[in-house]
Amino acid sequence: MKKMILSAAIGAAALGLASAASAATLDDVKAKGSVTCGVSAGIPGFSNPDDKGEWTGIDVDYCRGIAAAIFGDPSKAKFVPLSSKDRFPALQSGEVDVLTRNTTWTISRDTSLGFNFRTVNYYDGQGFIVKKGLNVKSALELSGAAVCVQTGTTTELNLADYFKTNNLQYNPVVFEKEADATTAYDAGRCDVYTTDQSGLYAIRLKMKNPDENIVLPEVISKEPLGPAVRQGDDKWFDIVTWVHYAMVNAEELGVTSKNVDEMKNSPNPDIKRMLGAEEGTKIGTDLGLSNEWAYNIIKQVGNYGEVFDRTVGPGSPLKIERGLNALWTKGGLQYAPPIR
Amino acid sequence: MATNASTFVRQSMLEAKPAPSNQTGASHWIRTRLFATPKDIVLTVLALALIAYIVPGMINWLFIDAVWSGTDRTACATVIQGGVLPDGQSGACWAFVEAKFQQFMFGRYPADERWRPILVAILFAILLVPMLIPKAPFKGWNALALFIILPFVSFFLLSGGFGLPHVETPLWGGLMVTLILSFFGITVSLPLGIILALGRRSNMPVIKTICVVFIEVIRGIPLISVLFMASVMLPLFLPDGWTFDKLLRALIGVSLFASAYMAEVVRGGLQAIPKGQFEGADSLGLSYWQKMRLIILPQAIKLVIPGIVNTFIGLFKDTSLVSIIGMFDLLGIVVLNQSDANWSTPVTPITGYVFAGFVFWLFCFGMSRYSAFMERHLDTGHRH
Repeated sequence: MKKMILSAAIGAAALGLASAASAATLDDVKAKGSVTCGVSAGIPGFSNPDDKGEWTGIDVDYCRGIAAAIFGDPSKAKFVPLSSKDRFPALQSGEVDVLTRNTTWTISRDTSLGFNFRTVNYYDGQGFIVKKGLNVKSALELSGAAVCVQTGTTTELNLADYFKTNNLQYNPVVFEKEADATTAYDAGRCDVYTTDQSGLYAIRLKMKNPDENIVLPEVISKEPLGPAVRQGDDKWFDIVTWVHYAMVNAEELGVTSKNVDEMKNSPNPDIKRMLGAEEGTKIGTDLGLSNEWAYNIIKQVGNYGEVFDRTVGPGSPLKIERGLNALWTKGGLQYAPPIR
Repeated sequence: MATNASTFVRQSMLEAKPAPSNQTGASHWIRTRLFATPKDIVLTVLALALIAYIVPGMINWLFIDAVWSGTDRTACATVIQGGVLPDGQSGACWAFVEAKFQQFMFGRYPADERWRPILVAILFAILLVPMLIPKAPFKGWNALALFIILPFVSFFLLSGGFGLPHVETPLWGGLMVTLILSFFGITVSLPLGIILALGRRSNMPVIKTICVVFIEVIRGIPLISVLFMASVMLPLFLPDGWTFDKLLRALIGVSLFASAYMAEVVRGGLQAIPKGQFEGADSLGLSYWQKMRLIILPQAIKLVIPGIVNTFIGLFKDTSLVSIIGMFDLLGIVVLNQSDANWSTPVTPITGYVFAGFVFWLFCFGMSRYSAFMERHLDTGHRH
């Protein structure tokens, strides 16, 4: 008997009881007092540590938004950095509650891996960066070019498809590691480098002379990046979904972290409804949250535009333009169903 | 009868004369060591040319053109890269290391709680230094404190006990994790390796088989696979919601791995001990453990100090592999911080690597010097 107690004690000491991957993720999250998000192990602008060691980035702010919606406190978000190999097992096993990790929404991930996607917090796509000296204005003029590309990626396959479809010749110069490919491109071993567009902006910062390079307008693949949750927990899925929609709606309605307190008295019923300032509202309780959930997100994290600006947009060194990620009213794809 | 004074006997030694001037001094040294033969002349000139080719550029890059302070990438980037340096200048970006230094040391350990790892480091140093000095007294108590008590105390200090706030292991990182992993690995692998080595030479078939299988299986698998199994596969086999702490998984993986190598090093020492020593011990009526403890192991271990330290140094550097399972040791946190767009310039990554390399070198060189000292100190025989 003593031995059993001893071994149980050792077991309890050695094993940390994480959240169960059960159907009620929200209850587990509330019970442990924090939401655990899987993030990347360093993708500039999406999730990377700042000088103090705090995580920053658009994916990180999504997770902070979820924490703000549930607890009214964005610091209740915890981050587990995951490699691209580790990310799916980590979500399946319940190590993380939600995967906000620069993950492309595809049918196989949605179905056979047993995840659910609904929102896209960044529309990415594969693009090209070329030396200005080539005087190329479009990817269709790239026939015969030497293209640096990372091998074993969908990037490499997309590249082959694109050149084949458009009947263009090209010379692939393949590298095992992304860093090697970019160094080779910077050293002039190839004319073109191709990867996801957000990555191209990050690479420009590491170039000896970024002004000698331009990013071509063509985007040759669709990479909708969004959060994933486990299938079978609709309530949790709803919360993760509506956090993004609240941030997009806030931008559309002109509600920012700075003016959100005044906006509570706004005559606009849409704004009042979203911020939970309406009489007898059930806008948050139906989600299993407080009626102030959207207010908390906007107040403490910001609306989608603010987050975009400071993590990847003009307020960051990356300076990525909104492009596809502009609101639908401004020619982009960010469109949120109404909160009512 | 007076002595005939005409016989000359020198009463005192002649004063020693200095060596001929062409046999001493710098010119002699240069002539005999550097330019003795035509082959030597060629090799010396080539070596000097190589040094002259590499060193000034290196010093320039590391110190003269380097940037020592700044708050973001503009300090280390040239004008054309969006910074303030004149175009064409390229030097190390030490400002990056300065800004991230706390992270490189402690990972993402909360800033307010960083006195805890510092306290552990001080305790560790206080206990380690007398342990390393052969003449210092109370070796037994010292070892007990260093290898048994300190790990427990540091566990509670670091993770939170004694009423301190809890700090989860995913927040640990940097040099702190590198040192924890290596210290734990070294502390576990030496005794476990000795036991495995003795087991492998045992006459008892079951024990022998277990030891052989363990050593050969572990040595036959790359450390990366062990860590991957532990981090990716294990959570899928465990019941829902039960996960091992990642640091614990890495600690176990690294120590088992090092033990298998250590066992073979120690076995090499055991095999070098002449049969007469075993028989002598037996004829004195010593038990198996007395024989090993008093006669065999002290000789065997002394013989294989270079091999043991080699394993330690290998283990110390292998700890950087844990970065593939999402833990951030010194190298991992350096690489992670290269993704910070606020600091991304053409020179930032290489500066980070130079810094990490330098820290690793400091520790490994220290271990190597200490082992050389111990070899001389213990060199009591075998060399006639």
